[in-house]
Amino acid sequence: MSSAARFSSLPRLAGAVCAAACLLVLGGCRQDMARQPKYRALAPSTFFEDGRSERQPVENTVERGALADDDLNIPKDSNAFPLPVTQQLLERGQERYKIFCSPCHGLQGDGNGMIAIRGMKHPPSYHQDRLRQAPVGYFYDVITHGFGAMYDYSAQIPPRDRWAIIAYVRALQLSRNAPAADLPPALRQKLGAGGAPAAAAHAGGAEK
Amino acid sequence: MWWSLVLRPQLVCSPHKRNANMAQIFHRSSNFVARATLVLALSAGGLALAVIGGLARSPYLTNQNVARQQPVQFSHKHHAGDVGIDCRYCHTSVESSAVAGLPPTKTCMNCHSVLFSNAGYLEPVRESFRTGQSIAWVKVHRLPDFVYFNHSIHINKGVGCASCHGPVNQMPLLWQASPLLMSWCLDCHRNPEPNLRPKSEIFNMDWKAPANQAELGKKLAAEYKLRTTAELISCSTCHR
Repeated sequence: MSSAARFSSLPRLAGAVCAAACLLVLGGCRQDMARQPKYRALAPSTFFEDGRSERQPVENTVERGALADDDLNIPKDSNAFPLPVTQQLLERGQERYKIFCSPCHGLQGDGNGMIAIRGMKHPPSYHQDRLRQAPVGYFYDVITHGFGAMYDYSAQIPPRDRWAIIAYVRALQLSRNAPAADLPPALRQKLGAGGAPAAAAHAGGAEK
Repeated sequence: MWWSLVLRPQLVCSPHKRNANMAQIFHRSSNFVARATLVLALSAGGLALAVIGGLARSPYLTNQNVARQQPVQFSHKHHAGDVGIDCRYCHTSVESSAVAGLPPTKTCMNCHSVLFSNAGYLEPVRESFRTGQSIAWVKVHRLPDFVYFNHSIHINKGVGCASCHGPVNQMPLLWQASPLLMSWCLDCHRNPEPNLRPKSEIFNMDWKAPANQAELGKKLAAEYKLRTTAELISCSTCHR
């Protein structure tokens, strides 16, 4: 018994140190910092009644920076395009059109998008006379407020992009109604002197 | 106590200390048993560490490749794959914000006010639209709160959706295709070039790196003005 007491204090200490070290290591398993008491985007909340941490903005709230876009809100019957039409704007419009419009309106604007094919009401073709004559403000109004079965896209498409899309829709309309005289000389030559119509059409498609 | 056997076996049965008037309690094989116990204890500790480390990296704890049940059985395969809707139709803020954004129920109703408008499994969507209550979608990619991941910078510097999210257009129910471990982030931050794509291919789920990716990656890294590796792997790039 006395010899046991003589030898046990050191191992006892060693054991205690080991146990403490193990506890420390186990402490690493706690992930307090990984789950902090804060909200990240779209996180649920137990505090607010509707269960969302994101609050609804008060009605008629003006988004920061949106005042600068005020000039872009032109009336429905106006035909004054509020932005300079550049290649860059058209390319942006093409990209946005493909994302937001082509599912129903189709890549060519004829109303044969995949969603329409799958059973949605076919939207009118942009190439019909009514829409070819419609002022640009009309398109802006439809994107902003919706029309018929189409809900509004004001949340998804900011004003500048709406105009980019409208510019592209105008380009789509032109693509089926451009007189040959309007083509640049090089293209006109290809079209006229191309010989075989198939070759001409092919060249035209590549240029576009 | 038992551990005096393990830690100092010679105290108990060392031949030098053997004493005529002290009875020999332990058999000589105790020496071997004591040493074997030591070796086993150490290797068991090492094994335990290896198991814990391996477990932490395994899909069991990272949730990699586990398809999540959702309140509505939303299929990315159907919407992004079969119908071909662009990622940005719903995830509208992915190019301009840290978060890709989850669409409001109204975005679902853009089509489903007409399509499958009587389908029973879409009732939670219609109910959400009627009542204004959010659908409680289950988050699939959850990073620790001390990681400040930003979608827009990756999109704008040539990293495609599929590089991290995998072939989403083939996932009926979404799963996390990557481990989302810090080591996995760093693999790319140390050497991003193999994962860079042309701007036009960012949202293309089927893009495959061309044969000359090494060359293309270098060219794109210069074009996108990627930061230096030291900056890309600096702590404060991802942690605040």
